[in-house]
Amino acid sequence: MTEPLLRVTNLTKSFAGRRVLSGVSFEVAPGEVLGLVGESGSGKSTTARCVARLTEPDAGQVVLGGRDVLAAGRRELRVLRRDMQMVFQDPYASLNPRMTVAALIEEPLAVHGLEPDRRLRRKRAADLLETVGLSAEHLDRHPRSFSGGQRQRISIARALAVRPRLLICDEPVSSLDVSVQAQVLNLLRDLRQRLDLSILFIAHDLAVVYYLCDRVAVMEQGTLVEIGTRAEVYGNPRHPYTRSLLDAVPVPDPTDRGSRP
Amino acid sequence: MTSTLLAVRDLRASYPGPSGPVEVVHGVDLDLARGEKLALVGESGSGKSVTARAILRLDPDATLSGRVELDGADLLALPTRRMRAIRGARVGLVFQDPLAALNPVMTIGWQITQPLVIRGVPKKIARRRGVDLLARLGVRDAERRFDDYPHQFSGGMRQRVVIAIAVIAEPDLLIADEPTTALDVRVQARVLELLHELTGERDMAVLLITHDLGIVAGFADRAVVMRHGRAVETGSVEDIYHRPRHEYTKALLAAVPRIGGDPTRPLITIKEGER
Repeated sequence: MTEPLLRVTNLTKSFAGRRVLSGVSFEVAPGEVLGLVGESGSGKSTTARCVARLTEPDAGQVVLGGRDVLAAGRRELRVLRRDMQMVFQDPYASLNPRMTVAALIEEPLAVHGLEPDRRLRRKRAADLLETVGLSAEHLDRHPRSFSGGQRQRISIARALAVRPRLLICDEPVSSLDVSVQAQVLNLLRDLRQRLDLSILFIAHDLAVVYYLCDRVAVMEQGTLVEIGTRAEVYGNPRHPYTRSLLDAVPVPDPTDRGSRP
Repeated sequence: MTSTLLAVRDLRASYPGPSGPVEVVHGVDLDLARGEKLALVGESGSGKSVTARAILRLDPDATLSGRVELDGADLLALPTRRMRAIRGARVGLVFQDPLAALNPVMTIGWQITQPLVIRGVPKKIARRRGVDLLARLGVRDAERRFDDYPHQFSGGMRQRVVIAIAVIAEPDLLIADEPTTALDVRVQARVLELLHELTGERDMAVLLITHDLGIVAGFADRAVVMRHGRAVETGSVEDIYHRPRHEYTKALLAAVPRIGGDPTRPLITIKEGER
C-alpha cells in the first residue's frame, strides 16, 4: 500500500453551534480520484474547504504529502497550497472579470514566486491554455468573452499553473450544459492521467462521479456514511442512505422507469 | 386517443434588440393531450423557456406570432384580462427560482390556499387540502409548518410550496420550467412522482421544461428536443432515446454520463462551435 497523498482524520466543524462535520476521515492515494457525494447540507463542500483550509475546522487532522495542513503557519500554508489547488462551481464568480486570461493564469505563478521571468510566465500560461484545450490566442481576452465551459477550463488552467499534486474540485461541472459538462469531464480525466494528479471531486450528481472517480465517499448530515471503490458503492451499496440516493437518480433510459408504481 | 388540450403551431417569439427585433423562437409546433406529460428538452439558449413563456404570454416585450390553442381557444388572440384568468385557473406555473415566486410577508399556508379561497372554497377545507398536498410533497410536519413564512423554509421546501400553489386548484395544464433543478435527487424523485400521480388522478397535462435527459426519460411520455430556437425532433421518449433521428439528439444522449456505463471511454462531446 502506497502512502496516501492526503489523509483526513476526524474532521469536525460547527457553525453557530450547529454540527456540520462529525469525525470525517478518508484518504486519497497519489493519482487517485475520490468522489465526495451527498445532498445539500451534507457537509461535502465544508469538508473540501477544511481540507484546503479555506475554513478552519474545530478538530481533526489534514495531512498532505506528510505535512500537517492544519498546524501550518501562514508561510508554510502558502507552500502547501502549491500542492493543492481548488476549482469552484461557478466560473462566472471565480474569475476576476477585470483580469485578462494571461493575468489570471500567471497570478498564481507570481504569488508563489515560481516563474520570475515575465516572458517565461506568459509562455507557461500559453502552454497551460493548450493543456486545457484552449490556445495562446485567448491570452489577452477577458473572462466575459468566454462561455461557461471555457471559463471552467481557464479556472482549471489557473489551478494547474503551480503544478499541484491535488486538485480539489467543488461541483466543477454542475452549472454547465450537458455537452459542455462532457468536455470538462473528459478534460479532467485526461489531465489526471497525463499529470498523475489526485483529485478530490465534490459533486451531487452520482452519474458524473461514477464516470470520473476511482473511489466514492458518501456523506449524510456531516458524517461519512460509506466509502469504497466505484464498483462497491454503485454495485453493492451497504448504507441505506447510499441506496436511497442511487434509487432516486434519474436514469436516461425510458425502459428503466424503476421506482415508478 | 385522448383529446388535445394544447396545440401550438408555428410559434415565433421576438424580443427587441439594439438593431430591431431579434427572433429567438423560430416556428415551434407541439401538441399536448389531456393527462399527457410532454418534455421540452434542450441546453441553455435552446429557446425552451422562451417557448414556455410565449405559450402563456408572460413577457410583455415579446412579439409573438403563430397559434397557441388551449381547448380550441387561441391564447395569442385573447384580451389581456382573459389571458390572466386562464393563467390562474386553467394553467398552473412553476419556475426554477422559488424565492421570486413567493410573497415573503404571507404565510406558506395563506399562499397555498389562495387559489382555492379566491374560487370560494371554505378556508377550512382549503387548509385541509393544502396540508395534505404539502405532506404528499414530502414536507414533514406539514400541519405545523403551514403557518410558517417563506424565510423559515429551505430552498427545496420553498420549491415544493410553489408546486403546491400551482397544482392545488387542479389546473388542466401545468407548465413547469426546471422545477426540480435546485432540489436534491431524493426530493426531486418525490416531486416528479407526485406530478406523475396528479396527471393520473386529475387528468392534468404537464409541459416540463428541462435540460436533464434523465428526468425526461423517467417522467415524460413524449419529448420535444430544442436547439437554437427550433424543435429539432419530436417523438415518444422511447423513440427519442432508442431511435433518435437527429444528429443533435444523438450527440446530446451520448454526452450524458451514465451509472453502469463504461467509465474508461470518453464521453462524446458536441463541438463548441456547433452548439
